[in-house]
Amino acid sequence: MSDINIKITDREGATHRIQAPTDMAMNLMELVRSYELAAEGTIGVCGGMAMCASCQYYILSDHELPDMSADEDMMLAEAFYVEDNSRLGCQIPITPELEGLEIQMAPES
Amino acid sequence: MIKTDILIIGAGPTGLFAVFEAGLLKLKCHLIDALPQAGGQCSEIYPKKPIYDIPAFPEILAGDLIDKLMEQIKPFEPGFTLGERAETIEKLEDETFIVTTNKGTKHHAPVVAIAGGLGSFEPRKPPIPNISDFEDKGVEYIIRNPEIYRNKKVVIAGGGDSALDWCVFLSNVASEVTLVHRRNEFRGALDSVDKVQELKNSGKINLITPAEITGIIGDVQVTGVTIAKKDEEPYALMTDHFIPLFGLSPKLGRIADWGLEIEKNAIKVNNALDYQTNIPGIYAIGDVNTYPGKLKLILCGFHEATLMCQSAYQRIFPDKKYVMKYTTVGGVQGFDGSKKEASKSVIKTIN
Repeated sequence: MSDINIKITDREGATHRIQAPTDMAMNLMELVRSYELAAEGTIGVCGGMAMCASCQYYILSDHELPDMSADEDMMLAEAFYVEDNSRLGCQIPITPELEGLEIQMAPES
Repeated sequence: MIKTDILIIGAGPTGLFAVFEAGLLKLKCHLIDALPQAGGQCSEIYPKKPIYDIPAFPEILAGDLIDKLMEQIKPFEPGFTLGERAETIEKLEDETFIVTTNKGTKHHAPVVAIAGGLGSFEPRKPPIPNISDFEDKGVEYIIRNPEIYRNKKVVIAGGGDSALDWCVFLSNVASEVTLVHRRNEFRGALDSVDKVQELKNSGKINLITPAEITGIIGDVQVTGVTIAKKDEEPYALMTDHFIPLFGLSPKLGRIADWGLEIEKNAIKVNNALDYQTNIPGIYAIGDVNTYPGKLKLILCGFHEATLMCQSAYQRIFPDKKYVMKYTTVGGVQGFDGSKKEASKSVIKTIN
């Protein structure tokens, strides 16, 4: 079994405990799309190139995440509703280390 | 009134390729796009990024793909209404359509093909509570006429190319230019960053970083903005204009009100046949449509555009029989008089 558990709070405030595969080269933006936790066209608009910030999440748990690339950093510098724990879901691959991760989706902008 | 055979809404890769397929059938096309240039997302968002799944191109930059499509469709002389958004559609008694843009430009065609991608690109508006009260009263998300800033005080927010470029440009027009960005780093082209640095050093612009605009001050017209630096008390800065330049994001917009069946922010079409919507004569192709098994890929859009054109031909000429001809056999005859065809084999006797 290569699935891990992730808790996601959607934009309406509802929480979802979902199983995320670690063996499908999927990232946290695609995870939300695959479970349809946000309307199509409001998430992953740029397709996952760190160029739109429609997959901005707040990281609520204290997991160690991969470092931010310059692209992600600069995109967040121009996004709205950004907090210290903001990350772009499309830049975070789902790996076994993320077991128990808790994230919240930032408002649509 | 602009008249054409197929009116294409959206000048991204799918819309552009539709011009070629229509051209083979001797149908003329006109395209409307909200952006000032053709190419859709490929030109606007990621022109320098590579695409690896265009058949026969192991790798091609999105911007180059658009250049090649423009070259491919040139013989078919497409018309363009750029920088205008398709707003309303009206079906006439003869089953043809009139599409009017936000600037009032009217287009008349027997077939409408919506190739609108994720929608038309609109400026991203920062979440400042009273910002909508000041739109066009000192707040502008797009600079249309730089002259209105002559001898005025201007505050620009943003950290990308457009913020930097306009900052440089307006430093020669406005009486005072202030650039506010949430970081000390900018991600624009290096020479734009250098120019802004020079202007800052010579005192021609004010640079306030890392900071954010958190409020707009004014009665009816903008008179100032509130600037917040991290861990400092926010303060007011007097200005005549506030120009937030945070890029564009696509919105389906008014097309959603055209009476088309919408599912998951996309237009439902009949993919078993011809990508027609629930309104006969209106087709939807590319990323804007949805059907069981839909994939939002450029190559799928090309296929959908091709079948749409065949169906459009039958709609326009119901009595004509058409047999598809390979371009290798029939060549390509442009509306501009150009002609491309395979060279004929040469026969020579050996004695």
